[in-house]
Amino acid sequence: MEETINLKLKIWRQKNTVTKGYFETYDMPGVNTHMSFLEMMDVLNDRLIREGKDPVAFDHDCREGICGMCSMYINGRPHGPLKGTTTCQLHMRFFSDGETVTIEPWRAAAFPIIKDLVVDRSGFEKIIQAGGYISVNTGNAPDANSIPVPKVVADEAFDAAACIGCGACVAACKNASAMLFTAAKVSQLSLLPQGKPEKDIRVLKMVEAHDEAGFGSCTNTGACEAECPKGISISHIARLNRDYVSASLKK
Amino acid sequence: MIASLKMFYTTVGRKLVMALTGLFLCLFLIEHLYANLLLYKMDGGQAYIEWTKFLTGNIIIRTIEFGLFAGIIIHVIDGLYLTLHNKRARPVAYQVSRQSGDSSWFSRNMGLTGSIIFIFLIIHLRTFFVPHRIFHAENSIAYDVAAAFQSNWYAALYLVAMVLLGAHLNHGFQSAFQTLGLNNHKYLKPLKIAGTVFSLLIMIGFSSFPVIFYFDMFGIATNILGG
Repeated sequence: MEETINLKLKIWRQKNTVTKGYFETYDMPGVNTHMSFLEMMDVLNDRLIREGKDPVAFDHDCREGICGMCSMYINGRPHGPLKGTTTCQLHMRFFSDGETVTIEPWRAAAFPIIKDLVVDRSGFEKIIQAGGYISVNTGNAPDANSIPVPKVVADEAFDAAACIGCGACVAACKNASAMLFTAAKVSQLSLLPQGKPEKDIRVLKMVEAHDEAGFGSCTNTGACEAECPKGISISHIARLNRDYVSASLKK
Repeated sequence: MIASLKMFYTTVGRKLVMALTGLFLCLFLIEHLYANLLLYKMDGGQAYIEWTKFLTGNIIIRTIEFGLFAGIIIHVIDGLYLTLHNKRARPVAYQVSRQSGDSSWFSRNMGLTGSIIFIFLIIHLRTFFVPHRIFHAENSIAYDVAAAFQSNWYAALYLVAMVLLGAHLNHGFQSAFQTLGLNNHKYLKPLKIAGTVFSLLIMIGFSSFPVIFYFDMFGIATNILGG
């Protein structure tokens, strides 16, 4: 059963980091509702290439919601209207015939636009480089059972580790704060015994890197948690705050 | 020690300052509400006058008062800094923005509600604090309170400010605990409920004064102003 809808796409076009961007409107007739949002973008780009025009640049990779590459601020929400999904998992059946769909890049000073809908998310990498790791010991891998981890702690760490680093939290936050991302990474490592030895230095350095990258501060609006495709809880931010204060006082 | 102080320069530390000063100001609101409720005693404002005399005559309270003004100033300056800093973090706004209902409008506009409350506070200090504490007004403080609420615009301003204060506290109270890190899955719900109950008590409590005095309900205004 094939169903099609007609859409109008209003897409942010920007040649490079320095030029001024603008919105361009494209008619998109006969969109198959079984297509994913990115497939719809592929169809548009295929047409633009045939017409000899510049295709719309957008980030994508795995297209199964685990890599964190796709972005796009669709109709006023990061990753579109669905909860708990990335743009690649969003299907055209969630749009209605005749609708105008506005597509914007993530907007944050720390995420400069590279081209069209592609933004530079290396600010996240700087946060990870500052402390999002455990210093590796050489030798054989220790037996997994020799390091006891309570089930609840393992689950909590795993929930934090679900973060794919897509940047929807920054995009949704009115302050363009990356606290949810930073907190998820801090939690994931600091909850587990392997990450505990570097707990204090990690949180101090990662918060410092967060601020240096130009992200805003967290004002606990909860917008990030609401838009996170992996449903990461802001209680991780509370843990980061707690760890940050205790690490600062010990310094 | 000096190294520890450095934390107040980071985004997390600055939020910590907001949380600590905010909770301190909440304590003051409780005291202020208690004092104001004494106006309802139908004793011509005597209990209220005596309470204010006790406060102003007590050296410990006078010392804390400096802390109170410092708290307000720090809360305002830090809030202003954070608001501007956060504006800079998103220089270009979205054309279409449909925020999820899980994040309330008031939680995203603390700077705006805070600014209006601050403007009210200046006017409020000008009406009561300046004439009674800096100069020596002829009328009793209770008389001036009852008289001030006879004015349309002052009663209305007071009412609007108190409703906004309630909204400000509804987000701020639980947010402070989140910032202090005293929040997890277990405490999130109770803290949110406690914040809402607290902000409602403060809002309803303070809003009652302009309403009751303006309309002279139960003859309370007449009791203080005299027939």
